[in-house]
Amino acid sequence: MELSGAEILIKCLQAEKVEYVFGYPGGAVLFIYDELFKQNKVKHVLVRHEQGATHAADGYSRSSRKVGVALVTSGPGVTNAVTGIATAYMDSIPMVIISGQVPTHAIGLDAFQECDAVGITRPCVKHNFLVKDVKDLALTMKKAFYLATTGRPGPVLVDVPKDVTVAKCKFEYPDTISMRSYNPVVKGHSGQIKKAAQLLLEAKRPMIYAGGGVILSDAAPQLTKLVRMLGFPCTNTLMGLGGFPATDKHFVGMLGMHGTYEANMAMQHCDVLVAIGARFDDRVIGDPAHFGQVPRKIIHIDIDPSSISKRVKVDVPIVGHVPDVLDDLIQLIEAGKQRPEAKAISAWWDQIKQWKTKDCLRYDRKSKIIKPQFVLEKLYEITKGDAIITSDVGQHQMWAAQFYKFDKPRRWINSGGLGTMGFGLPAAMGAQMANPDASVVCVTGEASFQMCIQELSTCKQYRLPIKVVNLNNRYMGMVRQWQQFFHGNRYSESYMDALPDFVKLAESYGHVGIRIEKPGDVESALKEAFKRKDELVFMDFMTDQTENVYPMVGGGKGLTEMILAEEL
Amino acid sequence: MRHIISILLENEAGALSRVSGLFSARGYNIESLTVAPTEEPSLSRMTIVTSGSGDVIEQITKQLNKLVEVVKVVDLFEAPHIERELMLIKVRASAKDRDDMKRMSDIFRGRIIDVSEDTYTIELTGTGQKLDAFIEALGRTVILETARTGACGISRGQRVLRI
Repeated sequence: MELSGAEILIKCLQAEKVEYVFGYPGGAVLFIYDELFKQNKVKHVLVRHEQGATHAADGYSRSSRKVGVALVTSGPGVTNAVTGIATAYMDSIPMVIISGQVPTHAIGLDAFQECDAVGITRPCVKHNFLVKDVKDLALTMKKAFYLATTGRPGPVLVDVPKDVTVAKCKFEYPDTISMRSYNPVVKGHSGQIKKAAQLLLEAKRPMIYAGGGVILSDAAPQLTKLVRMLGFPCTNTLMGLGGFPATDKHFVGMLGMHGTYEANMAMQHCDVLVAIGARFDDRVIGDPAHFGQVPRKIIHIDIDPSSISKRVKVDVPIVGHVPDVLDDLIQLIEAGKQRPEAKAISAWWDQIKQWKTKDCLRYDRKSKIIKPQFVLEKLYEITKGDAIITSDVGQHQMWAAQFYKFDKPRRWINSGGLGTMGFGLPAAMGAQMANPDASVVCVTGEASFQMCIQELSTCKQYRLPIKVVNLNNRYMGMVRQWQQFFHGNRYSESYMDALPDFVKLAESYGHVGIRIEKPGDVESALKEAFKRKDELVFMDFMTDQTENVYPMVGGGKGLTEMILAEEL
Repeated sequence: MRHIISILLENEAGALSRVSGLFSARGYNIESLTVAPTEEPSLSRMTIVTSGSGDVIEQITKQLNKLVEVVKVVDLFEAPHIERELMLIKVRASAKDRDDMKRMSDIFRGRIIDVSEDTYTIELTGTGQKLDAFIEALGRTVILETARTGACGISRGQRVLRI
């Protein structure tokens, strides 16, 4: 029997066991929506803007390790989705985006709602396809899911012209697929792993630095085992939080631009560094020349060869699937007789403990104005560290990363690479869909939140009981902080004038809104919010306008050139 | 340093723009780029002449390998290789200059492939440097038009680039 392209598309999603599609209908995808309507296996979530669709699919994927799927129409549907696609691309999130396209005969003729979707998205997808013949549709969908999830994951876009959704052919969905031009390396080189083990066992000042790759590849158990077995200090990047338990004694905090003093110092002064699923980016090590001033041996484990020796020269590159490489490494060390050099390691820990005494994350706990850090500490306490936290981008994001102790992977969901304001709420929707019983909290600021505020309506429609923690300082806080530090206190366009009344706004969408103005009310407000299990509660915390994120490594500075709270 | 990178890639619409887009997005140089299908019609071979430090060339090859449609990448500079470029050059050749022009073409082992009352069109192959030298030797005033293909190259001996 022959099926239409639209039917085939839905059958492919069913075959991939897709639970939710986040999307927005339009002219070019009407036949696809018609087929969605006729079945009930794949559920559609109607967002209010296509950016929301891609972020929601992204949050769904990050919190569930499944593929996030978005469906948008041609032209503005695709261009609106681009921010979300680029966000997923920078953080290597497996997603499949289906975009409608004008009919094949109209392509290139500047048709209504036409845009070159494949051209526009090319730099921000792992791969993309334009399906010109319905006979290619099923195979292309199979390839899209395969590419999105294997190797270094990423978003894949499939552009489907309207006439292809109407045309008919026989449907066959392949079980497996192989592509001669795509063969990601998964097994780490055993000789290299041996070298790495030797370096680790001889290290006097070792450091383990783990990033988002640990989360994406589900390598948290292996990482935890390795660190505990060796007794070495471990730091996580912003993307790697939860990859190693934050409450473990070996954890020295996040590193980087707003990392802890001890993590950055240890990173700089170690003699053997193991980078695992991380990429030495500018927000993590600052100026690579400054970082390279100190001699150290670097082992780098990553699935993507192009991440290795990109910004920092590496001594022992290991390309492979992180959990498998770590398994091999653990096995090798366990099988041998040699153990880490206890005396040297203990002296190294003494040094780290001394750095810790800086107490770099301290803030004024007696403040009469609400300190944002205090809100996050309370949030951690009240949720017992067990919530899924999504965030937007800015100061609140950094404070959440610093003060919420993530013990498990896939609990911290933020736009680390692209730094997309507006990510938090739609990502929380996806996370809540994937984890209906979990507490999902969106930590945001009044500037970021307004960039996807329309999704409050989606939350109502699907009864998503997200808790929104709005750290409202009436500024684009991070912009203001940079202006204070580096632009002579000239707060150019960073003040948020004419803010809405968020409580009323939340209420007008049918949610609960609470405004909190005093530190003494923080705890009770949070408790009240979490009691409302079935409702979205928007908590508008009026926080200190002048608070800054410390420590801070200025843009282009060396990792140890930190601005600490007491220095201002 | 100058490098010649040869790439086997799927002969599909859009593959070229993925490669050229990669170079522009990451700020790599392209001195020349040529592409045509191979004896196996589903594959194209692309030759890119680029320049950069060792680190940059390493990144270029890694990034190229990452493109889904790229099947194989080789830096021809890693081993002995042969490089050729084709130039078609139209020059002024009126009655009094014709012999000189013919002699010059012979010296450079060019072939005159089209003749008109006042012009010759010469076909010349060689390394880019040889073509440059020919242009230099003729002098700009006699040159009416040039069309160069950009370099393509192949390894010497038994090394082959195929799937």
